[in-house]
Amino acid sequence: MISFNLFVLPFSFGLIYLLYMIIRWWTKWIRALPPEDRARFRKGIFSRQFFSGLKEVFLESLVHRKMFRRNALLGFMHMSFALGWFLLILAGNIESRIYSTSHVNPPYYPIFLKFFIHDRTVLWFEINTVPGFFRFLMDFLLLFILSGLILAMIKRGRSRWFGMTRTTHSQLTDRVALVCLWLIFPVRLLAESFTDGYYGAGGGFATQHLGNLFAVLFRESSQHIAYALWWLYSLALGIFFVTLPFSRYWHIPTEVLLIFFRRFGIPPKRIASSFSQVEIGACSRCGVCIDVCQLGSAARIHDIQAVYFLRSVRDEQVSRDITLRCLVCGRCQETCPVGINIDLIRLIERYNFSGSHASDFTYLPEPAPRKAQVAYFAGCMTHLTPSIIRAMKGILQEAGIDYHFLDEEGSVCCGRPMMLSGKHEQAGELIRFNRELILQSGADTLVTSCPICFRVFREEYNLPVRILHHTQYLLELIKSGKVPLQTVFRKVAYHDPCDLGRGSNEYRAPRELLAKVAELVEVPEEKEDALCCGGSLGIYTISSRKRDLITSDALDKLTSSGPEVLVTACPLCKKTFSRLAGIEVLDVAEMVYGAIPE
Amino acid sequence: MTRTTVIIGGGVAGMTAASRLADLGEQVILLEREEQVGGHLRNWDRLFPNRRPGYEVLNYLTEELGSKVDIRCLQTVTTIFSGERDFQLQLASGKSLRCDALLLATGFDLFDARRKEEYGYAIYDNVITSAELEELFRSGAPITTRQGKVPKRVGFVHCVGSRDEKAGNLYCSKVCCVTGVKQAIEIKELFPEAEVFGFYMDLRMFDRHFEEMYYEAQQKWDINFLRGRVSECAENQDQSIVLKIEDTLTSRPLKMTVDLLVLLVGFVPSPETLRLAAMLDLPVGEDRFLEPADEHTKSTLTVKPGVFLAGAVKGPFSISNAIADAGTAALQIHAYLKTL
Amino acid sequence: MKEFGYTVHKERLIDYDRNDKRVLNHLKKHEPSVLTCIACGSCTATCSAGQLVDFNIRLVQTLLRRGEIEPLKKEVRKCMLCGKCILICPRGVNMRNLILAIQTAIDKLQ
Repeated sequence: MISFNLFVLPFSFGLIYLLYMIIRWWTKWIRALPPEDRARFRKGIFSRQFFSGLKEVFLESLVHRKMFRRNALLGFMHMSFALGWFLLILAGNIESRIYSTSHVNPPYYPIFLKFFIHDRTVLWFEINTVPGFFRFLMDFLLLFILSGLILAMIKRGRSRWFGMTRTTHSQLTDRVALVCLWLIFPVRLLAESFTDGYYGAGGGFATQHLGNLFAVLFRESSQHIAYALWWLYSLALGIFFVTLPFSRYWHIPTEVLLIFFRRFGIPPKRIASSFSQVEIGACSRCGVCIDVCQLGSAARIHDIQAVYFLRSVRDEQVSRDITLRCLVCGRCQETCPVGINIDLIRLIERYNFSGSHASDFTYLPEPAPRKAQVAYFAGCMTHLTPSIIRAMKGILQEAGIDYHFLDEEGSVCCGRPMMLSGKHEQAGELIRFNRELILQSGADTLVTSCPICFRVFREEYNLPVRILHHTQYLLELIKSGKVPLQTVFRKVAYHDPCDLGRGSNEYRAPRELLAKVAELVEVPEEKEDALCCGGSLGIYTISSRKRDLITSDALDKLTSSGPEVLVTACPLCKKTFSRLAGIEVLDVAEMVYGAIPE
Repeated sequence: MTRTTVIIGGGVAGMTAASRLADLGEQVILLEREEQVGGHLRNWDRLFPNRRPGYEVLNYLTEELGSKVDIRCLQTVTTIFSGERDFQLQLASGKSLRCDALLLATGFDLFDARRKEEYGYAIYDNVITSAELEELFRSGAPITTRQGKVPKRVGFVHCVGSRDEKAGNLYCSKVCCVTGVKQAIEIKELFPEAEVFGFYMDLRMFDRHFEEMYYEAQQKWDINFLRGRVSECAENQDQSIVLKIEDTLTSRPLKMTVDLLVLLVGFVPSPETLRLAAMLDLPVGEDRFLEPADEHTKSTLTVKPGVFLAGAVKGPFSISNAIADAGTAALQIHAYLKTL
Repeated sequence: MKEFGYTVHKERLIDYDRNDKRVLNHLKKHEPSVLTCIACGSCTATCSAGQLVDFNIRLVQTLLRRGEIEPLKKEVRKCMLCGKCILICPRGVNMRNLILAIQTAIDKLQ
């Protein structure tokens, strides 16, 4: 006999709808992959990567390992919901097998098991028997989830305990889904307790005791209350499932697909694609990107953070101004527990907004550089910080290097600023010009003073030469003994430029150089967590006043331990900081140059 | 009962106010940080617009002070206590002073040209400031490039550190335009063969005889004025300077080599002024100069009774305007002291 | 009829009354810093593209204010968006967004 009651319908319809949506979207996304990626996907399913993907799903989607690393309380909250619910479903299914004679049960059966089955043969304390153990386990898991629920409620008012100053402003669908999600588990607890109390059996250590209490308090009416609660439980589940695809919780199925995409080696794309859509859907709106965004913390702009941006892209409501209002500093991307390529998605949206306007770079001349072993490319910005150029020329001369100053008479832009506007095709024309220039110089080493150029040289130029930022090159020269140095005895703080640090993963060379010539002091947020100077070319729609707020805030932090000099490795950072700094701002090259004995 | 006024700052404004107050029978103590009074005027060779020697005005102001005023040089105020109707000043020398009225005449600082790195000051040999050029004029030393060459072409960059949000100073420093024209003429006087250029955004010849001097600069001295703001400079092998500018009147970028580049540095509020203002709770404007009680009608008064302002603590001032302003301040102080 | 030297040619004249200010109005809303230009030309002086081609980013702002849209269309295509001009501008004009916003506004009109 199949157990059935009308109240299971909301849940069942909700589940069917959700499964339909997941299958529909997963199929759509997988089918929309370009052929080579589809092949990767097919190959991946039958490879070891599939299992490592499963492991990652377990660690990230259920255990929330990255959240734990950030803040234990936040990690526990997320884990209790995800892992707790998952185990509850799993254990519930196994438990339902004990009481079922059929091999195939309707999906609602384990969910509402306690409504259908009132096993009087097992008492609440019998955990040494199989049914008794499951009864204990089910209660334990339910309480585990409820502990997370309590934390989630506390987080509303005390987000600082969870390592967060600001939390995500939710939208309507998120709120509906959230209310349902918060209802599901307490209602389940109550429904089971009332039922167990009424029948005087069937519950575990928590539900049975609570139920017995209810039976005393409500007597006969507890049966009706229980029935109403089972309806409510089913409704909460049903509504949650129906709202899920339109709410933040859509990240649950989407993140799973994203993990497999990545495991199977499907690369992110420059234009809107399945990959970017899956990434956008995989954002859980946890909001950890909010606090790290300097536009919010320093410039009081609170509507553009990654979480809101991704949401507006998903809802197809993204505006041009919001898309262009981002430093592209990479701080949110660095902290994102889902590992979404947020900066890339920004650029994709910028590309979509760039409209029909082509660029016209037909004026670019024929490159004709002098031949030399080392090519030095100062970069546009460095021409506005001539002290860096003087230092580089001085050091290269001291070391006796045969070099050609590629852009001494001015340059064609490296293309990264154009890429940051989303116009990667137009940037390609600038890249082609400079690439030709570099190739024709015959150099085997390309040195640049600008991290912006450095990054695009590495990522886009595909050059058969060594590409070095000047800090890396200077370190080589000094290690080889070509440049003698003396210590200058100054306390310096080092600022990591975004495109050199997070963008190119070079944190060591500038620090090693500085350690040779001066005393490095502590800086609160550094390396991967380094602040943006505020001068970023990534942002288009910002007033200079707001920029100044970001710069001043960063300066306060960078100079908190009282350095005499603030040192950076980027002409743009230098220029930005020196406007507002109370202390001297120098480039690493200038520090090195200043340390060469007379 | 004798009423005492302390004037902090012995520049043009402070000296003038001290003399006027003494004339009015008030007892005045003039505090000066340096060894001598005179302030920035001591660094001027000749003054605009008539190119008379700066020492003439300085001597006049010094003679006027005579022995009427108690002048105390090498004095710095460490703290000020505001009493009910008087002030106690603690000096760095350990002494303390009581007074009934206080005049802030602490003046201004010159903009630090190193902050406009793109112009190459303190990086290139032959980029100097207008203050340094004036000092060269005053010393009578031969004016050459750092390499000892007679300059054949000299450029003057207007608005260095003024009218520039990047320098944090949106205001106009008023006197750099006319200083630039004056110094350009003086270069031509020394080197009639030299070409002299002024690179400007607007030429603000705001006071009497200024425009005439500009006219003279063109008509008599053949000085070139090129409308555009220099964006950046580079140094040639021979240490001459290449500058980049847009010739906005032909709408084309222009590159020019000069042997000597003079940066016309503007006014910035002095940290000393701001320190004193903080002690006295005086309002500071967005430009970081001090705010008088009313910009038009109470321009030497402050919101704090007994505290007065004169000269460049309130923003850029020419010498003649500072003298006039200090006179007004003296009258206002005198009137205030009578009410006590 | 004999043409005299003082005939005013249509293309020579800035017909301010007839000119299209819609792009300017769009910019006033989306990049208000355009209002603060004092035509000092330091942006053009430092401009990477302007060294190579007849491109004058200062003039772009002036043309925009006069409602001279036709020449603008061609001009904005030459910008490399390198950002030097922003670092130099004494009035804090946000030139990079100016270029993009002009393109957007022109797109909208078409």
